Amino acid sequence: MGKKRTAIVATGQTHHRSSRLDVNGIELINEAVTRCLEDGDLTIEDIDAVVIGNMDHFEGINYVDMWSIDGSGGFMKPTFKLTTGGTTGSTVGQSGFYLTSSGLFDKVLCIGWEKNSESDTTAAITTAFDPIWDRLVFAGAIGGLAVEATKYMSEYGATEEDAAYVAVRDRTHALNNPYAQLRKPITIEDVMTSPMLSDPIKLLDVCPRTDGACAVVWANEDYAEKICPRPAWFHAGSVKHPYNMLGDTDLSGLISMEMAAKEAYQKAGIKNPLKEIDVMELYLPYSCSGLSWIEALDLCERGGAPRLVRDGVTDMGGELPINPSGGVIATNCIGATALLRIAEAAIQIMDKGGDRQVPDVETALATGFGGCFWSDVTILSSKKP
Amino acid sequence: MSGIDNIAIVGVGQTTIERNKLGDTFADMVFEATQKALEDAGMTMDDIDNVITTSNDFWDGRTISTMAVNDACGAGLGKNISALEGDGTFSCFYGMTRILSGVYGTSLVVSHVKGSESENIHITNAIFDPIYMRPIGLDSLNSAAMQMRRYMSKYGVTEEQCAKVSVKNHKNALNNPYAQIKKEVSLEDVLESRLIADPLKLYDCSPVSDAAAAVIIAGGDRAKKAKKPVWVKGVGYCADAYFLGDRDLADAIALDMAASKAYEMAEITDPLEEIDVAEVYDAFSYMELMWYEGLGFCPIGAGGKLIDKGITEMDGALPVNPSGGLLSGHPVIVGGMIRLAEAVLQVRGDAGDHQVKDVNTALAHGINGACGQSHCVWIVGR
Repeated sequence: MGKKRTAIVATGQTHHRSSRLDVNGIELINEAVTRCLEDGDLTIEDIDAVVIGNMDHFEGINYVDMWSIDGSGGFMKPTFKLTTGGTTGSTVGQSGFYLTSSGLFDKVLCIGWEKNSESDTTAAITTAFDPIWDRLVFAGAIGGLAVEATKYMSEYGATEEDAAYVAVRDRTHALNNPYAQLRKPITIEDVMTSPMLSDPIKLLDVCPRTDGACAVVWANEDYAEKICPRPAWFHAGSVKHPYNMLGDTDLSGLISMEMAAKEAYQKAGIKNPLKEIDVMELYLPYSCSGLSWIEALDLCERGGAPRLVRDGVTDMGGELPINPSGGVIATNCIGATALLRIAEAAIQIMDKGGDRQVPDVETALATGFGGCFWSDVTILSSKKP
Repeated sequence: MSGIDNIAIVGVGQTTIERNKLGDTFADMVFEATQKALEDAGMTMDDIDNVITTSNDFWDGRTISTMAVNDACGAGLGKNISALEGDGTFSCFYGMTRILSGVYGTSLVVSHVKGSESENIHITNAIFDPIYMRPIGLDSLNSAAMQMRRYMSKYGVTEEQCAKVSVKNHKNALNNPYAQIKKEVSLEDVLESRLIADPLKLYDCSPVSDAAAAVIIAGGDRAKKAKKPVWVKGVGYCADAYFLGDRDLADAIALDMAASKAYEMAEITDPLEEIDVAEVYDAFSYMELMWYEGLGFCPIGAGGKLIDKGITEMDGALPVNPSGGLLSGHPVIVGGMIRLAEAVLQVRGDAGDHQVKDVNTALAHGINGACGQSHCVWIVGR
């Protein structure tokens, strides 16, 4: 018992929109769950346990695991909720690995969701921070990111145009993803002339708020290949949340991502990520993170990201495509966002990506970002570990 | 589910339970519980492979409530971490699976709450459906009152029988240094106490509390080498329907399911006979009687008769809540983790003045959601 190899065998997601007035939260969750079960030709009877995650203060629902049971399928099943802010989706996604690998469950359904149209997102995020020290001066999502971007640009001479390349890349990729929220092409000029939100972050540099849900099924090695001809096997996971006060956080590079990537690469035996990983689905909530954070992922040396991105290395057809789905800049249903990264990585391995499919994917990496500059990394592969 | 091999609880820590820990932040409480658990296990943070926090954003008034405590339990040291929202028994289950996966050798699981900084009525009203149920004013108290009424009317259980739980647990709490309320109450005291939500009276209800707890779980050789390992024999958890109207509130079907799984793993066929002590989630007096039934200590509807016979008293065949239970201090979220910590202490013989004699096998129980929608049952032993 225990230590079973385990893989993602099915995924499902909603058609993400800024406002899904046609469904309530439970129905939104059920849309993703139903599609996920259909993807694996499964029924809810096949599922041994359910894990769900979101951020309570967005929808104002307490005990979401209990409330959502008619949509999640958790009725008369082992069910619990995990939540870690922006990284909720990655912590929920990884939980399916631990639960199935433990040998206690064969098949586990993991769900992330958010209905941001019902939330005051920034007000809710603001309460994450210490009420005495951080909340009054430095809380919310965008302020800290603006400081990080300014620091990166001043340190390495990167420009706002360099950052805009990331936004244009992800939004261009989103045109291939039928589920993405923002599916309208944009140019560098569009980004540069969009309204300033928090200097240097402009409207088109940053992610939207989205209504959406995502679900994946994990199955252990006794079932995985029977459900999915090409399962996405778990190779490594790492979750680093080293800070809890914004004032303490070192913003010279994303330290947590460096820690998480180093550990995950070591666990997965990856020495040269640019060469050995075929596709990445990264939680990049705004454009400049697509520069600094891929350096933390060791794709190039510090300050080298603008060149790498401008050279098209991370475009579809490039050496290492990043965010074929269009990423977070195109769709951001927060509790689902990091699970979508894992699901999209699995979709690429399963070769089910349709217009957004990268050819011949063996190894894929997904990240989560959130909290106080926290990072989670998950590495999946078509190769059984 | 199959059985569980070589998993032990190797350290437990809890703060005192108090009405208002004015001098402590969330992080202070979690740090204290963590230190106590490490000391109990004879470990340092170097021995901790990963961490799970347990909290609730509504109770804490903070989004990402794990963020307030993650440096107090090891995330600042670069430990891999996750955060469960719900009762601590569930997060301990997750911590255990992370060991069984083979990735980690040990898991530190912590939980905290400050009821003193919370608004119970508004927070528990937010558990209910926003369209149909919140506007009628449902909260944890009046929903429990409905459950108690339904339970009494379906099975003929009396207010006196419920009150006996309160008398027993308050008496037991006199011997527990961590308990918040240490006050002997008589049957008359309970029955004549102020009406909270008919038929619930003040002493049928658990108090508002602040506390934190920590549990260290280890597997394989790490468990075998532990100073005082208490072995996990079985665990099960299960969730019932959400809408109160979709359930018969008198019957704890999800508890029956969770307990059956735990018993199957632990190879327990006659729980009353084979379990030596139980710590159950007595948020309200009547709940303990209902949980007796769900846990199979007696037939359905016979919880009142079980307490009448004195079987669950300290000197009975199966003492329940020797710690004084939640009626003597109810830190939500932490509640079930303290039950598990107490079960561990009982198996080790370390429960001090509230020690039950010759404990080989102990049961701990946690709940989540309104009226015990979800249950988690642990069996631990030598």
